[in-house]
Amino acid sequence: MKKFTFFAVFVFSMAVTYAGGYRVSLQGQKALAMGHTGVAVINSSESVFFNPAALVYLEDRLNISAGVSGVFSNIAYQDTETGANARSDSPMGTPLYLYASYKATDWLTVGLGVYTPFGSEVKYEDDWAGSHLVNNIDLMAIYIQPTVSVKLSDMWSIGGGPIYAIGAVKFNRNLNRTLTDLDGNRSNVTVEATGISSWGWVASTLFTPADNFHIGFTYRSKIELDADDGTATFQNIPNSPLTPFKDTSIKAGLPMPAEMTVGLSYDFLDKWTFAFDFNRSFWDAYKSLDIDFADPNIPDSENARNYKNSSVYRFGLQYDVTQMFTLRAGYYLDESPVRRGYFAPETPRNDSNNFTAGLTVNIGSHLQVDASFLYSHFKEVDASYDYYFENDVAVPFKGTYKTNAFVPGLGLTYKL
Amino acid sequence: MKNILKYSFAFLVVGLIGCEPEFENPVTDDGFYNSGTADLSKFVAVGNSLTAGYSSGALYISGQKNSYPNIMAEQFEFAGGGEFTQPLMNDNLGGLLLNGMQIAENRFVLSVDANGNPGPVRLEGTPTTDITNKLSGPFNNMGVPGAKSFHLVAPGYGNVAGVPMGAANPYFVRFASSENATVIEDAVSQNPTFFSLWIGNNDILSYATSGGAGVDQTGNFDPRSYGSNDITDPNVFASVYSQQVDALSAGGAKGVLVNIPEITSIPYFTTVPTKVIPLDAATADQLNAQFAAYNNQILPGLVGASVITAQEAALRKIVFSAGQNYPIMTDDDLTDLTQILQGPPFNLPAQTAGLLGQLRQVNANDLIVLTASSIIGTTPDPNNPQGIMGVTIPLSDQFVLAASEQARITTATNAYNTTIKALADAKGLAFVDSKMALSQLANGGIPYDGGMLTSQFVTGGAFSLDGVHPTARGYAYISNLMIHAINSTYEATIPTVHIGNYPTITLWNN
Repeated sequence: MKKFTFFAVFVFSMAVTYAGGYRVSLQGQKALAMGHTGVAVINSSESVFFNPAALVYLEDRLNISAGVSGVFSNIAYQDTETGANARSDSPMGTPLYLYASYKATDWLTVGLGVYTPFGSEVKYEDDWAGSHLVNNIDLMAIYIQPTVSVKLSDMWSIGGGPIYAIGAVKFNRNLNRTLTDLDGNRSNVTVEATGISSWGWVASTLFTPADNFHIGFTYRSKIELDADDGTATFQNIPNSPLTPFKDTSIKAGLPMPAEMTVGLSYDFLDKWTFAFDFNRSFWDAYKSLDIDFADPNIPDSENARNYKNSSVYRFGLQYDVTQMFTLRAGYYLDESPVRRGYFAPETPRNDSNNFTAGLTVNIGSHLQVDASFLYSHFKEVDASYDYYFENDVAVPFKGTYKTNAFVPGLGLTYKL
Repeated sequence: MKNILKYSFAFLVVGLIGCEPEFENPVTDDGFYNSGTADLSKFVAVGNSLTAGYSSGALYISGQKNSYPNIMAEQFEFAGGGEFTQPLMNDNLGGLLLNGMQIAENRFVLSVDANGNPGPVRLEGTPTTDITNKLSGPFNNMGVPGAKSFHLVAPGYGNVAGVPMGAANPYFVRFASSENATVIEDAVSQNPTFFSLWIGNNDILSYATSGGAGVDQTGNFDPRSYGSNDITDPNVFASVYSQQVDALSAGGAKGVLVNIPEITSIPYFTTVPTKVIPLDAATADQLNAQFAAYNNQILPGLVGASVITAQEAALRKIVFSAGQNYPIMTDDDLTDLTQILQGPPFNLPAQTAGLLGQLRQVNANDLIVLTASSIIGTTPDPNNPQGIMGVTIPLSDQFVLAASEQARITTATNAYNTTIKALADAKGLAFVDSKMALSQLANGGIPYDGGMLTSQFVTGGAFSLDGVHPTARGYAYISNLMIHAINSTYEATIPTVHIGNYPTITLWNN
């Protein structure tokens, strides 16, 4: 297990992510092409993530799916009062997933999934207008999920398993709006925590009231990733006893919120499938991003977030063109969990309209190539973060944001 | 098939990198902001240390980057402003060398002493800016630290040979186009389309910071005969100032003029309280006993002999009490009694007569300068513990700006400001009332997005550690005043800055 964990961390260390808050919905190319629906769809081992209960209905004995997405996310910021403007220079993210399922008996399928449902990578130019809130952040969580799927009848199955989550975060911001060293270099801090781990679970069920109609339900638990021995590294600190900032260890916690999905799929006109998923993310677990510095002289960093629970409405369509080709398209409306006045530039998310498309190409009877494409469109928004304080005085950071994301993805599915 | 997939994926990836989000109205678009009837393409700023970006007792790179002309120029870029260059110093220490010899001190930093008390100290280190290393200009920032109004039109002000005797300015030496060039000539030769002029502060400032040690030259129209701490005659000021405005606007350039603040409210004069001497009852009684003959016999005797008025006698009385007390001082505006006291009927010894000659106690109308804080209460002669500065040894005139001296400063300032306002009105130039701004800083402060900007020393945020010059935040505030004035005069829409984003004093322990 340890060896595998190491491997997973290594592979996913390039992973980057995108969606409401720091949720990233890129857990399967087939599903993503259909608006990231899948709780009631039976077509591949992607169900390890979307609905483990569906695995037991897969026709093939062995199913392996792996994929990668290229995330190009962009943020533009401007403040018309001062003319301040910035564009994020975030590197391309490459989140990956790997699912496998094996039909042990007619009524039992076992599976394993490795995926990255949470993450955020944003990089602004150092010392930009909002640098006291964030210069850059790289946050990720890898979920490793052994899974069982049990057929209770031809109409009803259940599934689930434990989740072992591994997280890492690296975050840099300036200490405040003004502190510099002698040469005018802004004082900043890098907070880093790696190898944080914790346990959670997933449970799901699938009903098949008719051959062409499925109803699914999946619940994934909250996982609290607590870093107990992260590090804080301070740069460009003036040489003075009046500034307490010295490198120290930190404690911080970040919740990976629980998520519930219900949905249906309906096969019609022989070759068509329609799917609808409704996600509810329990973001109210994310009250505040707090950093507790071990050095008692350094005041703890408290950053209110106060997220609210949010919903995603997903629609997908699949069309089997020929034996060789399957086409997919989808749309989802992703509601932001960010409340008014809490719009922080490390995850500048407002409601987004998301358009997806993709196809599967069958190469022989065992191998499939899956491709998908996602475009996330955010409306231009005037927003502010009002909970940054200087000497007990609130200093709102406001401006206009415009963000978007383009995510092409490729996957392979092997069936036996 | 595989190739098609591969190529289409590659195509997507390449295509997407260019898909940046675009605002409906980007602030970087031409026309989002505009300069109205002004043309900001060539901006030249003329003035003294304030224009240069001088702060905490020196000129240094990071201070220059936060000079108000540079901040303005950065905002001007949104409305057609061009490149803005400054004669940057060589380091962040701030001192000056002349052929390797140090001629100006390094900047102040806020340092904590062995007892844990914070206070300004000079930053240690050997400065590397030698004024003989001339920079090739011209520079848009023509601020020359130390310049008075008439210096800007004085030929030879940038001649290195004149520096040792004070006839030339070491800062201007670095970037003057020639030995005989005047500051105004070098500014005008750049053909500015827009200018700022803030000059005249030093025409009263050095008189004030020297505690009135100079002479009020009102009535003397020859500035060549002035000493460095003198007050410039208002007619001389009016003459050279209008000459400068004419020269800068000759080519049709628009500009902004700034008046002179009432400098007695800067921290240099308001930080040390006038009642600065703490005494217990026994010491106060003992001191009063020593001055009893002076108070009760000598002063009434002099009034009786009509040497001084009863009013002056009252001013000259020395009285201590338990608690906080005013220090004693020498006031050169008082009648000098040194000779009289040595003669009959007093027959005082020369030393005592000298002590009492122009002695009085500081009062609530006086101002004690910042630099006095390091000498008040000290015993300069270690063999004489009774000789305490401000208690038994009078503070010399340079440490106290007396009410009479303040009045001269006020008179001159008002006269200069009348000239400045009249010229701004006559020529339709933008005008900044820095006098009103400073008085607001000193009386309640100016609110901003991170609190209140005040003229409180060290903590107020507006003034640097020399107690005279602004911090970067103070300069940013001045930039906003300038931009507001330009916007309203020329119907421009230049954006302002958040002053809370600019630093205040620098913390550093040598």
